[in-house]
Amino acid sequence: MNAPDLLVTRTSKAARTAAVLGLILLVALIAAPWWAGSADMRLMSELFLYLALASLWNLMAGYAGLVSVGQQAYVGFGGYMLFALTILGGLHPQLAVVLAAGLAAAISVPVAVLIFRLRGAYFAIGSWVVAEVFRLAFAQVSALGGGSGSSLPVGIVKSLAETRSGREALSYWLALGAGAGVVAAVYLFLRSRKGLALTAIRDNELAAGSLGIDIWRTKFLVYVVVSGLTAIIGALIFLQKLRISPDAAFSVNDWTAFVIFIVVIGGIGTIEGPIIGTLIYFALRETLADLGTIYLLILGLVAIVVMLRAPKGVWGVIRDRFDLSLFPLGYRVMPDPGSREGR
Amino acid sequence: MEWLNAVVQGVLLGGLYALFAAGLSLIFGVMRLVNIAHGDLIVLAAYLGLSTSMALGLHPLLSLVLVVPVMAAIGYALQRGVLNRTLGEDVLPPLLVTFGLSVILQNALLEIYTADPQKLSAEVMETASFSVGGLTLGVLPVLTFVVAVAAIGALQWIFYHTPLGRAFRAVSDNQDIAQLMGLNKAHVFGLAMALALAVTAVAGIFLGIRTSFDPSIGGGRLIFGFEAVIIGGLGSLWGTLAGGVILGVAQTVGAKIDPGWQILSGHIVFLLILAVRPNGLLPKVSG
Repeated sequence: MNAPDLLVTRTSKAARTAAVLGLILLVALIAAPWWAGSADMRLMSELFLYLALASLWNLMAGYAGLVSVGQQAYVGFGGYMLFALTILGGLHPQLAVVLAAGLAAAISVPVAVLIFRLRGAYFAIGSWVVAEVFRLAFAQVSALGGGSGSSLPVGIVKSLAETRSGREALSYWLALGAGAGVVAAVYLFLRSRKGLALTAIRDNELAAGSLGIDIWRTKFLVYVVVSGLTAIIGALIFLQKLRISPDAAFSVNDWTAFVIFIVVIGGIGTIEGPIIGTLIYFALRETLADLGTIYLLILGLVAIVVMLRAPKGVWGVIRDRFDLSLFPLGYRVMPDPGSREGR
Repeated sequence: MEWLNAVVQGVLLGGLYALFAAGLSLIFGVMRLVNIAHGDLIVLAAYLGLSTSMALGLHPLLSLVLVVPVMAAIGYALQRGVLNRTLGEDVLPPLLVTFGLSVILQNALLEIYTADPQKLSAEVMETASFSVGGLTLGVLPVLTFVVAVAAIGALQWIFYHTPLGRAFRAVSDNQDIAQLMGLNKAHVFGLAMALALAVTAVAGIFLGIRTSFDPSIGGGRLIFGFEAVIIGGLGSLWGTLAGGVILGVAQTVGAKIDPGWQILSGHIVFLLILAVRPNGLLPKVSG
């Protein structure tokens, strides 16, 4: 047999270059408190938190087929847990953020059992009902300010760091860590055995089931983990805002609509999509936000056009055109450059 | 007696929710489409009613003569122009496109009508009431309920006793075979959406007469309609009416216990029914 030597590999030159550039960028971003102003840092923190929310929503909708319009339930829950655990429980904010994730994951279990009975679009609206229940329930808690909400007391804010610049740097690093951490976690998860099962479900649920993948359990696991992580992001968002109210915490526009637009425009079902989508969304927002409602009109229109004309989003177009993958998940077969026959 | 009153008012309120839900139920039954912008279309109808009754000096109920055909036309155009392209195996496109549509409608209404709450003025009818066996019933809620029953009866009749209804049922059963039998499914879907938005127009006008509205309330109306559909069972029109009534009663009885609990108790009853009877009370089609 004189078959050419073939190389089965996951990585590619583009991916290795992207990894190196990504690491350099990450180092530069970590150093931001020494080179960026506090307004820029706040904007970047917001960008990282949106990137995290978008990556998590993408994991659910793009891979697990769980299209939720109720993720604000966990954003708001995380925010409220931060306030409750620090104000009422006397815990340190950073500990509260971690605990919020555990509590959110725990509460997402019965929620999942209930709303997993709904399929497709009905699941979407069912998740919205759950978010409404959370919002109305927290509006009833008078210890946290009821419907008008409450602010994080100065003592708790000061417990993060003594100086103002120290607090700004810390909350920036937390946001950066959350954004980069979530993207990395999603990437590693999708490369794992469970991630492979999830990708199989995405591609064909029936076929995946017949190969022995427990579809319900895989989706359930994704839902619970995403809920917990979303609560961390929610806690960090409201650690930056320092003020929470039921309407802000459980806002469907802020925590779900924008996130969906980010993922759809960037490219659903890819890891790169939410990253590109977040950059496009912030670029649009910074240039068009003065237009007020017109800006949201344009955003809605862009999302519809993308969904109808290029359902794989901006990244999908780039990938199809240049056969590029910065976060390689699948294996590819190529001639082995190390052997002469492979040429 | 107070509790009985709460229940009766809840039943009547359920009529309004059934009107919210009937359009959703119809389009789900025909083409398995869930329209996230449904609530915003209800609000759009209320604003159209406001504009026509202000411009022409009409009673809001008379403005229906104009609003119903306009909404039906919007529905047909929307279905043929946009929504038909999203239908298929994948549930994501229709969901995301109608979600985008919802944001567009909300902000367009905000741009045109501002965020100020508006109301349709029906003068004496808003406060008129009559008493039956010790209960005082408002004319408007009773009329809303009667119209809801009539609308659902009419939809039911269209569905089972007319050629149009036969076409609806045919594409609902199997789109491809219906197409082979000479039905143009794009057109049939357009007609279904037109009919759904005609009912939505009625819902919007009654909503506007009953309470004040602003561009942001669409999401809440969608949720009420959706809960009525699920409680009643997917695809069953009379089930939808029953679902609306259950939701309405849950809300008024909840409000009787504690005014802050009105909406919350409706959601809780919905979740309870989902837990015990996931297919609703009178299911027709599987989700």
